[in-house]
Amino acid sequence: MNAPIPRAELAASTMNWERGTSRIPFAVYNDPALHKQELQRFFYERHWCYVGLEAEIPKPGDYKRTEIGERSVILVRALDGAIHVVENACAHRGVAFCRARHGNAQAFVCPYHQWNYALDGRLRGVPMRHGVKRDGVVQGGMPADFNFADHGLTRLKVAVRGGVVFASFDHDVEAFEDFVGPAVLRYFDRLFDGRQLKILGYNRQRIPGNWKLMQENIKDPYHPGLLHTWFVTFGLWRADNRARMVMDGHHRHAAMISTRGNAGAVSEVSRVSSFKQAMNLHDPRFLDIVPEAWWNGPTAVMTTLFPSVILQQQVNSVSTRQIVPDGHGHFDFVWTHFGFEDDTPEMTRRRLRQANLFGPAGFVSADDGEVIEFSQETFEAKPAHRTLAELGGDEVADTDHMVTETLIRGMYRYWREVMAR
Amino acid sequence: MSAAIGFEDWQALIQLYADYAGTVDAGHWEQWPEFFTDDCVYRVQPRENHERGFPLATLSFESKGMLKDRAYGIRETLFHDPYYQRHVVGLPRLLRADEGRYEVEANYAVFRTKLSQLTTVYNVGRSLDVVVRMPAGLKFARREFIYDSEMIPNSMIYPL
Ligand code: FES
Ligand SMILES: [Fe+2]
Repeated sequence: MNAPIPRAELAASTMNWERGTSRIPFAVYNDPALHKQELQRFFYERHWCYVGLEAEIPKPGDYKRTEIGERSVILVRALDGAIHVVENACAHRGVAFCRARHGNAQAFVCPYHQWNYALDGRLRGVPMRHGVKRDGVVQGGMPADFNFADHGLTRLKVAVRGGVVFASFDHDVEAFEDFVGPAVLRYFDRLFDGRQLKILGYNRQRIPGNWKLMQENIKDPYHPGLLHTWFVTFGLWRADNRARMVMDGHHRHAAMISTRGNAGAVSEVSRVSSFKQAMNLHDPRFLDIVPEAWWNGPTAVMTTLFPSVILQQQVNSVSTRQIVPDGHGHFDFVWTHFGFEDDTPEMTRRRLRQANLFGPAGFVSADDGEVIEFSQETFEAKPAHRTLAELGGDEVADTDHMVTETLIRGMYRYWREVMAR
Repeated sequence: MSAAIGFEDWQALIQLYADYAGTVDAGHWEQWPEFFTDDCVYRVQPRENHERGFPLATLSFESKGMLKDRAYGIRETLFHDPYYQRHVVGLPRLLRADEGRYEVEANYAVFRTKLSQLTTVYNVGRSLDVVVRMPAGLKFARREFIYDSEMIPNSMIYPL
């Protein structure tokens, strides 16, 4: 466990805010000590973090290595079918023994001294535990009171809902459903409604920015219709679409819900240079959108679960996007695209085609990483300054439009509550 | 895995690979689709997905029209930090030669240079290609870049 950083070591500027949480000090993005404290308070305590999809480990013995915060963990299906998450750190001398990213195993064996663990993390074997006999005398061995039960891998608490697996190092964490809260859980359940998921594949990118910037990016309904030409021009996401911004009771999670309209129409929102009325695709199959029954209306729902994951539905393209911080100035962003067991081959092709809009090269998301990088550049260079997130005032409240930065203010209200504890 | 090919065809093939790299490294995006057939496949895929049989690719285009849409996107719709890219491509390895159709593999490394920054290794892997003879010369019917690089350094804007 990372020892908590004493408050006194935090730069005073990180707690000095003006006007509620609408002006965010640059210092919250570029302080290594603060970052360590965030890891502890958001990733390792009192929160559920995303680790993967059940469909990634369908068979007994299947495992997948991933991270929670900056700690390596293994998501594994035990031989009895139960799902476990254990820390990838040998109880003996700490070796991160699991090197494959995925595989199938009967047990975990650390290479250094061959300690052997069951898939649920229990220690099963310690070589030379009883010493080695030479000339009739037993030499060495573990102490007589060495107890296997005390030296397993660190086992995490696990929650599985709708085929999605979350874990927590903190066994006192509240129930997953309470953690998400009913307002946002509704949208979680809309996407993960119990149908078997089918993995389509991964994309991995390393973004040189603070991890919170990606949460902010998906709590920012202001930018998509401005930064992303495809969104505004094809009506996928623009400020005059019907939309709702919804938060949980702590304002840490959110759903941005939008319904497509106004493709090509000229209005207030199209007076921006990114709107291109005459733009036509050479191959319209990129936007061969077919409504699905489970949408129940909205064509896009972007859900942020703080701190670790974003759940994407953008028309027919669905994915999870995991945030894995690496120091205060970088994070890895892992996209898992999926479909559903009842998808026709045409629907699978459609999801794969529309995946060209998303990911590190996506027509509407490659530039999100770019602007995050440029924000971080300024934060590092000018630490005493602050951002401005005052679209819609300095209130924190759900809205029925997208001309607001209320979700970002909400996230930082929560952030401050936790960091000031 | 052996394949025979006449000297002239081999020379044309080498020329195709050299011209392709020269065009994308020069940033001539409008010329880039012209290296392909109308119903071409162009993909940039993580090695992980390729080897595990997952269909998702980082870029996955199924027609010359999609390549034109990407070229337009680079110029007009994708906001990005401009960069130079430089391909170093190994000699094509001919896997199979039929009349007017070649299956080819080639190792590649792409370096990226952002303005005012140091040059870095950007993306490394191999391409798996199908080249066909058309009236206008050799064209790619299929180009799949299978990359070893575990992480895309932030974003991928230009075609490999
Ligand atoms: S460090 Fe793992 S067995 Fe010794
Ligand atoms: Fe965006």
